[in-house]
Amino acid sequence: MIRPIPYAAVFPRFSLMLALVLIMVAAPCARAVPLEPQQQAVHVLNRLAFGPRPGDVERVAEVGVQRWIDEQLHPEAIALPPALAARLQRLDSVNRSAGASLAEFLELRKEAKDEGEEAKQRRRQRQALIEREAAEARLLRAIDSPRQLEEVMVDFWYNHFNVFAGKGIDRALVASYERDAIRPHALGRFRDLLGATARHPAMLFYLDNAVSRAGGVNENYARELMELHTLGGDGGYTQKDVSELARMLTGWTFDQRRLAASGETFRFDAKRHDRGAKTWLGQTIEADGQREGERALDVLALHPTTARHVSRRLAQYFVSDDPPAALVERMTAAWRAGGGDIRTVLRTLFASPEFMSAEALGAKFKTPYQFVVSAARAGAVQVANVAPLTGAMNQLGMPLYGCQTPDGYKNTQDAWLNPDALTRRIAFASSLAGGRLALDAAPVAPVPDTTPPGSDRMVPAPRPAPVPAAAPKPAPMPPLDPAQLQATLAGSISGRTLGITRQHPENLRAAMLLGSPDFMQR
Amino acid sequence: MQRRDFLNTLGAVTAASATGAGLVLPLGRNAWAATGAASSDKAGRKKLVVVMLRGAVDGLNVVAPVGDANYLRLRPTIGLALPGTEGGALDLDGYFGLHPALASLQPLWRENKLAFVHASGSPDATRSHFDAQDYLESATPGRKNTPDGWMNRLVAALPGSPAPTRLLGIGPVMPRILSGSAAAVNLPNGAAAARADVLDKPAVGAAFDQLYADHPRFGRAYLDGRAAHRDVVRALDERAMLAADRGAPLPNGFPIDAARLATLMRKDPRIQLAFVALGGWDTHASQGAATGQLANRLAPLGQGLAVLAERLGPLFDDTVVLVMSEFGRTARENGNGGTDHGHGNVMWVLGGNVGGGKVYGEWEGVGDDALNEGRDLPVTTDFRLVLAQIAERHLILNNKQLEQVFPAMPQRTASFRLIRV
Repeated sequence: MIRPIPYAAVFPRFSLMLALVLIMVAAPCARAVPLEPQQQAVHVLNRLAFGPRPGDVERVAEVGVQRWIDEQLHPEAIALPPALAARLQRLDSVNRSAGASLAEFLELRKEAKDEGEEAKQRRRQRQALIEREAAEARLLRAIDSPRQLEEVMVDFWYNHFNVFAGKGIDRALVASYERDAIRPHALGRFRDLLGATARHPAMLFYLDNAVSRAGGVNENYARELMELHTLGGDGGYTQKDVSELARMLTGWTFDQRRLAASGETFRFDAKRHDRGAKTWLGQTIEADGQREGERALDVLALHPTTARHVSRRLAQYFVSDDPPAALVERMTAAWRAGGGDIRTVLRTLFASPEFMSAEALGAKFKTPYQFVVSAARAGAVQVANVAPLTGAMNQLGMPLYGCQTPDGYKNTQDAWLNPDALTRRIAFASSLAGGRLALDAAPVAPVPDTTPPGSDRMVPAPRPAPVPAAAPKPAPMPPLDPAQLQATLAGSISGRTLGITRQHPENLRAAMLLGSPDFMQR
Repeated sequence: MQRRDFLNTLGAVTAASATGAGLVLPLGRNAWAATGAASSDKAGRKKLVVVMLRGAVDGLNVVAPVGDANYLRLRPTIGLALPGTEGGALDLDGYFGLHPALASLQPLWRENKLAFVHASGSPDATRSHFDAQDYLESATPGRKNTPDGWMNRLVAALPGSPAPTRLLGIGPVMPRILSGSAAAVNLPNGAAAARADVLDKPAVGAAFDQLYADHPRFGRAYLDGRAAHRDVVRALDERAMLAADRGAPLPNGFPIDAARLATLMRKDPRIQLAFVALGGWDTHASQGAATGQLANRLAPLGQGLAVLAERLGPLFDDTVVLVMSEFGRTARENGNGGTDHGHGNVMWVLGGNVGGGKVYGEWEGVGDDALNEGRDLPVTTDFRLVLAQIAERHLILNNKQLEQVFPAMPQRTASFRLIRV
C-alpha cells in the first residue's frame, strides 16, 4: 500500500497559508490580499490553463509566474508537442475547408433524400464522425496543448460568439468557424475577431443574416451583434437601432452552392442590400454598400460601451462571478488605449491585484467543460477515445458546440451549481479515477441516431453510446494513483479534504480528490 | 390594496371562498385523496407544471385568428387555412383555430380542461430572447438584478414542510426560474434520472458524505442531490413505467419526459412545482404552415401535454399546467417564410379545474391599427396576472405570500377567471 505523501512535506508552509486564506476569504475584507508565489502558480494554472498536469505547479514556480504568463500570452512561440500535432493532423474533417465540409454534407443530404434508409444511415454516421472529430480536436488541445491560455480563450470566445452546431448546415461548419474565425484572433485584435465571426458562413447561417435582404430584413444577427457581441444588453441603443443595423447589414451573405463548389465563404450581394438612408446610434448613414456594415463593426469594436461590456465578461471568466468594478474600469481603459487589443486587456487583467488575490483563489465554480478537462489533465490520462468525455459533458448539461442560444454557455456558479450536477460530477470522477472510462478504446462507429427524420430535436438528445454492445470490450485502464494525483493537485486541495481522504480506503482516494468540493472550483 | 385586485380577478361571484379557509373541495374522482380535507392539506396537494418554450413560439400560429381576414393577408404562405379545409386549423370557438399539429389537445379543449390567454406577455418592450426570458423567469419585467426565479419564491411561500423534491426541474441545467434560496432539484432529460449512481455504494457514499458534510459552499447542494436521487429512484421504478407505456414506447423528447414527470408526481406527493423548458421555437425562416418546422415542434409538445394529463389520472384535477414563451412573433411573415421577434403571445392553461374551452384576454384583432408598433400583438394581459391568479386560486396563496412571489405587481385586474373553484 502506497502511503500518500504527507501534505505538509510537500509544501510545509502551505497548510498554514491556506488556513489563513480561508479566514481572509470569509472575512468581508475590501483590500485584495496578495498571494504567495506557490499559490500564484496554482492560481494561474487554474485560470490561464485548465488546471495542473503532473509537475505543472513546480514547472510554473520554476519558470516564474510572470514569465509563464508572458509566454502564455504569445502562444505562437510555443511549439505543440509532435505527438499532439501529428494526431491533430490526422483528423480529416477538422482540417478540411468549410467549402469541402459543406459539399460533403450537401451531397450526403441529397443522397439521403434519393436513396432512403441506407443513405440516411450513412449520412448520420458521417455527421457523427464530423462531430466526433471536431470534439476530439478541441478536447485534445484543451488537455494536452502547452498553449493553455489560447485554449482557454477559444472556450471563452466560442461562447461569446456562440454558434449552435445543431442548426442545419452549421453541423458541417462549426469546425471551420472555430479554426478560421475564433482561434486565429483569440489573443489578437477584437475588431478582427468581430469581423471574422460576422463574415463566417456558420454565423451568417446561425443568426440568419444570410437570408436578410431589403424588403425582407432579418434582425436576428444585428440584435445579437449589439446585445451579446459588443455593446451589451444595457448598451443604450433602441429597437430602431437594431432595425437600422440590420438594414446596413443586408447583403452580407454566402451562397451554399458557391461555398461548396469553390470555397467562397462570404459574399456581399448588392442586390439584397437596402440602399435607403439609415440613422443608427444617432448618426446618419449614407448608402455605401458593404462598407456600411464594416463601419458599423469599426464603431462597435471601439465603442467604450463594448470595451466595458467585454472587459466585464473577461473579468467574470477570469476573476469572479461578480468582478470588481474598479478592475473592469482599468481593463476598459486598456481596451481603449490598445485599440481593442485583447492581449493588452488580458495583460492588465493578469497583472491586477484583484486577479492575484486571495479573494479570487478558488472563487470560480468550474463549468462542466472545465471540470472534465481539468480532471483529464490532473489524471494525465491518455485519451485515444474522447467519447466518454463528450458523453460526460452531455450528461452535465454542456454538450460541446451544443448551446442552442446565441449567448453561449455561462461560466457562473449560479448557472451550474445544482444538486444533480454535484452527484454527476462525483460519478464521473469515480469512473475516471477507477479507470472505468473507455478512453483508450479505438473510436468506434456510433450508434445510429434514433431521431425521426425531419424532426429537429426539442431537447438535447443523448449522444450515441460510446461503445456499442458488439464492440470488443477494451482493456481496462489502470486506476489513477492517489499519491501522484495528490502531488499534482498540491495547493488546490484543502487540508481538511486531504485529512478526510486519508481516513478512507486507498482505492477510493483518487475519486475523492477529483470529486472533492475543492476540485469543483478553480 | 393588492389583495383587492387579486380578489377582483375572481369576479364578484365567489370572492369570499378564495381564501380557501375551511372549504372542502368537491373531490369528484379524486376520492383516493379525500382524507383530511383541511385547507392546508388541500393546498399541499395542488400542483403546478410550467412548460417554457424558449425562443419565442409563434402564438399566432398556435391559436390563430383565422376568423380575421387580416390574418391570411399578413401571412399568405405560412398562415393556417380555415377549419374544415385541407391542412386547416382546428376550430376552437368559431374565430380562433388551433394548429393542426396540436390535434392531441382537442379532447382536453372539448372537456373544458384547456384554456388560452391571448395577447398576453410582458409589459417590458424588449425583443431580446435573453432579457425577455429573464423577465419571464424572474417575474420582474425590466428589473435584471432580481436574484431568484419566481418558482423558487413560490415554493418558499407555499404552506407545508420543505422537501428537496418539492420544486423540480427537468432539463440539462438548473434554470433561472427555479434558482434561489429554496431547495430545487434538477433532473436530466430521459431515462438517466432513475439510474443507480456510484454514491449508492455504501463505502463511496460514506466517503463523499464526509467530504461534503457542512461544506459552506456545496454542502447543501450535495445533500439535496443525495436525497432527491433516493426519492426519484424509489418513485421511478422501471416496471411501473413499462406498464404505463402499455407496450407502445413513446417517442424521445418531451412525451417521454412528460410521462416520467407524471409518474414522479403520482408517486411522490411532495412534488408540487415542476418545470420543463423546450427549445427550438425561434422560427426566423421557413417555419411552414400546417406542416413544416413549427408543426414538427408543436406535435411532440401537444402529445406530451396530453400524455401528462392522461397519466396524472385523478391528480390532473389538482394540477395546472401552464405553457408560456418569452414573447410572440411578428404578425406579418418575413421575406424568408418565417417570423421575427414580436411582443404579445398566447399562454396555454391546462388542468382538471381550469375554466377551459375558452380563449381569454382582450383581443383587438390583427388589423393594422390593432398591431403594436405596426408589427406584432400588443400585450393586453400582463403574464403576471395569469401567474398570480393561478397562485392565488389554485395554490391558495394569501396576499402577503403573493406579494413575496410577485413583487411590484401592477395595480390591474384581469377580466377573466381561469380557475374554477
